[in-house]
Amino acid sequence: MKRRALILAASVVLLPPARATPEAMAAAIRSFTEGAPLREGKVQLDVAPLVDNGNTVPVTISVPGAPAAEVAALALFNERNPQSDVLRVDFGPRAATRSVSTRIRLATSQQLVAVARLGDGSCWAQRVEVVVTLAACIE
Amino acid sequence: MARTLITAPSGARRGETVTLRVLLQHPMESGYRVGADGRLLPRDIVRRFSCSWNGERVVAVELFPAIAANPYLEFSALALDSGTLDFVWEGDHGFQHREQRTISVT
Amino acid sequence: MRAWAWACALLALLGSAAVAEPLPDGRRSGLEFMGESTQAMQRDDALNPGMLWVLEGEAVWSQPVGADGRSCAGCHGAARQAMRGVAARYPAFDTALQRPIDLRQRIASCRQKLQPQAITPGDAPQALALEAYVAFQSRGLPITPPADPRLEPARDRGRRLFHQRLGQLDLACSDCHEAHAGRRLGGSPIPQAHPTGYPIYRLEWQGLGSLQRRLRACLSGVRAEPFAWGAAEWLELELFLAWRARGMPLESPAVRP
Repeated sequence: MKRRALILAASVVLLPPARATPEAMAAAIRSFTEGAPLREGKVQLDVAPLVDNGNTVPVTISVPGAPAAEVAALALFNERNPQSDVLRVDFGPRAATRSVSTRIRLATSQQLVAVARLGDGSCWAQRVEVVVTLAACIE
Repeated sequence: MARTLITAPSGARRGETVTLRVLLQHPMESGYRVGADGRLLPRDIVRRFSCSWNGERVVAVELFPAIAANPYLEFSALALDSGTLDFVWEGDHGFQHREQRTISVT
Repeated sequence: MRAWAWACALLALLGSAAVAEPLPDGRRSGLEFMGESTQAMQRDDALNPGMLWVLEGEAVWSQPVGADGRSCAGCHGAARQAMRGVAARYPAFDTALQRPIDLRQRIASCRQKLQPQAITPGDAPQALALEAYVAFQSRGLPITPPADPRLEPARDRGRRLFHQRLGQLDLACSDCHEAHAGRRLGGSPIPQAHPTGYPIYRLEWQGLGSLQRRLRACLSGVRAEPFAWGAAEWLELELFLAWRARGMPLESPAVRP
């Protein structure tokens, strides 16, 4: 019985999960930018290039390239998780620095895109490639 | 009752930037995992978080299944006046949790 | 012997969650094998998800149970004083049961005797939270296995288990964690396998878990059938690992990949 459970668990791990595509990510980004052209710059995405574990990856998004009052919202997108969206943040009148830190899940090595939408409608992005390896000893 | 760990100062100077850190105990079940019986575990995540200072918004966050379990958020607020910080989490299956902290600004 | 006393005294003074300096004999905590952001998650109590369980354990500690309203606090008082140093000297020998027990079992037997109503089918999260809270009270203190000769036979079996090849992959603990510690397996650094922070918040679990849970994962990892729940082998391994990590500071609740 135990052996069967072990084999079943192992086969569950091997099933390929649904994956989003770069096209789906582009569509998700478009819904955030509302069609405004996306330019590289102003926003900074801090994440380890090689993560300890894809289940919990600390990230920080900030906008060092623009005055805080100009930044209306931030969003984070991924390329290969089942869903492209990770996080969306709207800043209110009491927000100070336009930055947010959180922990995310990454299904596999992929590109992450952080996008900042400024008050004038312009959108800025930074793309980072992250390497994710499976834990060596899987339960 | 969901357990939280909120790190917020009890006081600040007017005009100062205050860092707020919130940690919530929550499985954030993505809805993409398969259980030992081969069936999909239904999604159960926190979908929205908001923080306001004396009723005025600091941040409103939309969370997706890609946010890790026991979601952690760190952001900053501008200290303008003494009062109450409100933290609200909302999610699937009617999940809702509120916390408050008082802060004095001099 | 005197060098040991110095090392222990120095470590006891540290009091904080982590030690950056490797011990003179080259032993290093798993903390040092993690990336910077994971280390930061452990070092700062505001960031450490394990603290959610410590907070829960703090509430359970004071919670009155049953008709006579017994709580841990009612007998022991404040955990900060009463439980200080306790986690650092487990596993220990239980005279009544005539065998070694770990901290989790010690807490369970106390609750069974004095708070039987607390032991319900859904109680496991509270029990784990209590274990985290009690272990937290020894954070910064050196692991101090008891010098109890009754523990020797089990500890010796644990030592042999540690060096015994197991599973379809035919690997012993020592094959990875001594011969290849510091190198990488599938992109992940191989630590030295010192139980310095249990119960740990493991990123792979996205939750808190015990040493026994982690050891089960190790056995699955080499494709061995894990020993039964509560089997003597787990305690034997825990005893040997604690002895092997003697003098290293506890970091509970630690964060690990």
